[in-house]
Amino acid sequence: MATDTGRLTAAAVRIHGLTRSYGERVILDALDLEIPAGEFVALLGQSGSGKSTLLRALAGLDYDVAGTGRVEVPEQVSVVFQDARLLPWQRVLDNVILGLDGAEAKGRASLAEVGLGGRERAWPNELSGGEQQRVALARSLVREPRLLLADEPFGALDALTRLKMHALLRRLYEQHRPAVLLVTHDVDEAIALADRILVLTHGRIAAEQRLDGGRTHSEIRSELLRALGVRGETR
Amino acid sequence: MLLATPPDTLVQARARRSLRPGRPLRLGFLYGPLLLVAAWAAGSATGLLDPRFLSAPWTVVTTTGELIANGRLQDNLASSVQRVGLGLAFGIPAGTLLALASGLSRWGEALIDGPVQIKRAVPALALMPLLILWLGIGEGMKITVIALGVVVPIYIHTHNGLRSIDGRYVELAETVELSRAAFIRKVVLPGALPGFLLGMRFAVTTAWLFLVVAELINSTSGIGYMMDLARTYGQTDVILVGIVLYGLLGLFSDAAVRLVERRALSWRRTLAG
Repeated sequence: MATDTGRLTAAAVRIHGLTRSYGERVILDALDLEIPAGEFVALLGQSGSGKSTLLRALAGLDYDVAGTGRVEVPEQVSVVFQDARLLPWQRVLDNVILGLDGAEAKGRASLAEVGLGGRERAWPNELSGGEQQRVALARSLVREPRLLLADEPFGALDALTRLKMHALLRRLYEQHRPAVLLVTHDVDEAIALADRILVLTHGRIAAEQRLDGGRTHSEIRSELLRALGVRGETR
Repeated sequence: MLLATPPDTLVQARARRSLRPGRPLRLGFLYGPLLLVAAWAAGSATGLLDPRFLSAPWTVVTTTGELIANGRLQDNLASSVQRVGLGLAFGIPAGTLLALASGLSRWGEALIDGPVQIKRAVPALALMPLLILWLGIGEGMKITVIALGVVVPIYIHTHNGLRSIDGRYVELAETVELSRAAFIRKVVLPGALPGFLLGMRFAVTTAWLFLVVAELINSTSGIGYMMDLARTYGQTDVILVGIVLYGLLGLFSDAAVRLVERRALSWRRTLAG
């Protein structure tokens, strides 16, 4: 995998020879990947391509899966799931600072940052889907992660809310500068958010695109779609 | 010539028939029992119910007045309430701790779940002879019978509530690196609370049930003792006072638990809420 050692020195993620399989089926096949600190990477792939398995390996949530390889991640990793995954019996603020002692002020600031100042005492059930996902973002950012893992975080939201969330995530990313690995199956979402886009096919990284202004978005888009095996797509 | 098509007719929009149970009734839990009392009063007034078999409600009321006047009711009620209170005080924590130990570790489950299920299958009355041999016929035996009866529903429902906590919340706890203590406090206990409270509702009624068993067999005080004495003298009115009292105590303890339930689970939005 091409690594960009000139621009950013420290790596936030270093994966070498990562193999994961469920029974006979190989999900990740000797995968190598390096993400520099502060880079926003989107990982595209079809269902079953191993996106979520890779993310779970980085999150340390694959203790019950057989496999080999080396994974290095920073001390502070935050995860945003597809569902907001808020504890329904904890108020919004308590969800944000879950497991952090004496972090109330930081939690409030974090909620204000995602535009939910004043909703600290609400129950998660009282919020809309988009608001719940914003609380989840606040919960991950209040931990000041050096790596933010996001597993299709906007997949369950409607199109308009998703666009607003894109803007919010990009703004939060620019303010806090964690390395981000965003798993998605939405090519446009990847182009809108990421600096670098990877396509995962059969457990290996099959294509890579950098959004550094060299080519137009539609060129990048059609190349990504080709890598994903989508042909004759008109939209 | 074209046939004129009839214009689309519009109908007045109506409110849809709601499929929810409807708005909560004020003191709704009293309606059924009141209907039962009304039927009883009607039966007595028309002479359908022979007072030798079942005294009229008003006789029960006057007898209650007499029992209160000579202090027997209060004394016996106090003994009974104390037994139930102590039985619950030992049974609830024991059931909860067993459920936690069994729900949080495979070893705990292997060691605890079997014996509790066996205890559940054995009728409480079958344990009485053994308990009397071990503990005598004093208060200790009665409280133990009640506590053992309470442990079962608390354990079963708390354990079930605990086991049905969404695995995704456990995953979340792992990613935010909750300590084991914080995990139990923030995820396990609140997650198991609905089950625990359901167990509480069974436990309070069970406690009164086992109290009767314990008091009818050998006592010198308590509502059960008062009823057993009334049986020897053929006083159906006193027996009825006891039955109504047991019923009311059971009903109000259940209502108390439900009140706690509504407060403690205010985060839930359900069909009934």
